[in-house]
Amino acid sequence: MAKLIITRNLPSPDDVYAQLIAAHEGLSKDESDALNARLILVLFNHIGDPQVIDEALKLARG
Amino acid sequence: MNAPLVDRYTLAYRAYPYARVPDQDRDTPVRHPVVIVGGGPVGVALALDLGLKGVRALVLDDHEGIGMGSRAICFAKRPLEILDRLGCGDKVVEKGVVWNLGKVFHRDEKIYEFNLLPEEGHKYPAFINLQQPYFEKFVLDHLQALSERGLPVEIRGRNRVDAVEDKGDHVVLTVMTPDGAYTLEADWLVACDGAASPVRGMLGLGFEGEVFKDSFLIADVRMKADFPTERWFWFDPPSGAGASQLLHKQPDDVWRIDFQIGWDVDRAEELKEANVRRRVAQMIGEDVEFELVWSSIYTFQCRRMTRFHQGRVIFAGDAAHQVSPFGARGANSGLQDTDNLAWKLKLILDGKAGPRLLESYDIERIHGANENILNSTRSTDFITPKSEISRVFRDAVLHLAQHHDFARPFVNSGRLSVPCTYDGSPLNTPDALPGGPERTRPGSPCPDVPLDGGFLLNRLGDAKGARFQILSLDTDAPAQFSAHGVDCTVERLDTTGNDLLRERYLGAAPGAVYLIRPDQHVAARWEHWDERAVSEALGRAIGMEV
Repeated sequence: MAKLIITRNLPSPDDVYAQLIAAHEGLSKDESDALNARLILVLFNHIGDPQVIDEALKLARG
Repeated sequence: MNAPLVDRYTLAYRAYPYARVPDQDRDTPVRHPVVIVGGGPVGVALALDLGLKGVRALVLDDHEGIGMGSRAICFAKRPLEILDRLGCGDKVVEKGVVWNLGKVFHRDEKIYEFNLLPEEGHKYPAFINLQQPYFEKFVLDHLQALSERGLPVEIRGRNRVDAVEDKGDHVVLTVMTPDGAYTLEADWLVACDGAASPVRGMLGLGFEGEVFKDSFLIADVRMKADFPTERWFWFDPPSGAGASQLLHKQPDDVWRIDFQIGWDVDRAEELKEANVRRRVAQMIGEDVEFELVWSSIYTFQCRRMTRFHQGRVIFAGDAAHQVSPFGARGANSGLQDTDNLAWKLKLILDGKAGPRLLESYDIERIHGANENILNSTRSTDFITPKSEISRVFRDAVLHLAQHHDFARPFVNSGRLSVPCTYDGSPLNTPDALPGGPERTRPGSPCPDVPLDGGFLLNRLGDAKGARFQILSLDTDAPAQFSAHGVDCTVERLDTTGNDLLRERYLGAAPGAVYLIRPDQHVAARWEHWDERAVSEALGRAIGMEV
C-alpha cells in the first residue's frame, strides 16, 4: 500500500515555498546544489521510512 | 603448455619445496578424491578442512610457499571463527591487531571520530588487522603439524596445472614440474587459483563484471614513533595525493597506507622509493621517521563467475569472485566458500548427499558474492563519485557528518564484511519458531554466546566430519538422532541465567530446537522436538528432494 502522502498536507504552502527560495538567495549554482543535497539528506533522515522515500523518488522522477 | 616454471612473485616463506613423488613415475595416472589448485589462504584452508574430515586432499601450487607482501590485512570475525573450528584461530587472533577508534577526514579537516564498541559475548573480535603472510603461515603451520600426525593432506610445490579435462565422472590434469609434466586424475577439482584463475581460463569460463578505473598505491611503513592504533580515512586528502587515503595499523609496528592515485599513472615512476616516501611523508608528517617495508600498486574489478562449478570442477575464493578491497571481502569471503564447500564435498564423496547439494554451493555462495559485490561497489561509488551529482551528494554527507550524528551512517569508507545469511537457500526449512530472533533464522550463521566459562560456537558444527547438530534450548530432545545416513550430535542447553543465549536463540519463544549444519549455519528451527519434521529438514539440508 502506498505510504507517501500525495494529498494536500501543508497549512501554508506559500510560506514554505518562499522559505525555500530565500534559503538559496545569494548562493552560486554550486552552493545551491550543495544546499539542495544537504536538504534532501536531512529530510530523508526525518522521513525514516525507505518505502516513503522510494515512492517519493519515483514520483519525482515522473 | 610445457612452458618453463617461472616465479610470478617473491616468497615470504618457503614452506613446501618441490620434491619428486611416486605419482610422477606411474604408467597410469593416479586418482585422487580431491585436488585443489592453489596454495593461497583459500586452498590451504579448504585442504585443512577436508583433511580434518578424513577426506584425502592434494594441493598443487606453482610456487613453493607463501607470497610476500601484506595484501589482505583485515580478517573478520566469521573467518576467524571458521579457523577456530579448524584449530588455528587463536594464533591468528593473538598476533592480530584489534582497533576500535576510527577517524574520518575530508580535505584538511577531521570531520568526526567513532568507536566501534563491539557487541559483547563473542570469543573473537569483529575483525583483526594482520598481514596476509602471517595469516597464511599460521594456517599452513597447523596443517603441516597435523600432516605429520596423519592428516591426509599433501601439498606439492612447483606443481603447475597446465591442462584440465573434465571426463564427466573425473577430471584429468596435466601437471608441470621441474622434472617435466605428469598426469593426475581427480574425482573433484577445486580451483582456488586466484582472480586470474588459469583453470577458469583453461575451461573457457567467463568472469564478468565492472572494471574500476582507478589504481591504489599501497605502502607498508614501520614507525617506532608513538603513532596511535587507529584507522584514519581521508576523502580528498589535502596532500593532493589522490581521491582517498587510508591508514591502518598492522602488527610489528607496521602501518598500511593506501593511496588512491587514479587510473592513468606511470607505475614504475610511482613505485620509485623516493616517490613513495614523498607521499608517505605528506601524509604522516615530514618529521616522522619511518622505514618503507613493502609497496605495490593494484587495480581492481568487481566480478564473478555465472556458476561456481562446472561439472567436476569447482571454484572458490577470488577464482570465483573478485571484489574491491573496501570492506575486506576478498580472503574473508574465500574462507566462507571453503566452509560452505568442505562438508558438502565430504557428503558427496561418502555417497550421502542428495542430488541438489552441490548446486546449493553455487546458490549460497553466489548469494554471498552478490552481497559482497553490492557492498564494495557502493563503497567505491562513495569514495570515488562517478558523476557530478554523485559528488555533490557525497560532499553533502561529509559536510553534514561533521556536526550531525544522523548523517554519519551515510559515510561509506568501506563496510566491513559480515557473515552471509543464506536467505532463500534450498537447504533451509521455513522458520517454525514463532517469536524467534531474526539473527538466528534459517540460513544464518550461529552467533557466539558465552557458555559455562567457554563459548557456544566451540560446541557447534563439525570440523571432523559432516555431522549435523541438534541444539535444544529449554525443551526436550533425544540423546541421539540420525536420518538419511547422516548422524547428528545433540547439544541440550538450559538458558537459565544466560541472558545472551536467550536473546540470540530464543527471543520471545519459550524454548527451541535448532538443526545446525556442519558449517554452523542454521538449517531449521522449531519450538519443540518433532522427529518427522527434523528428519525432513535434515533431508532437505543435504540436498535431497523432500
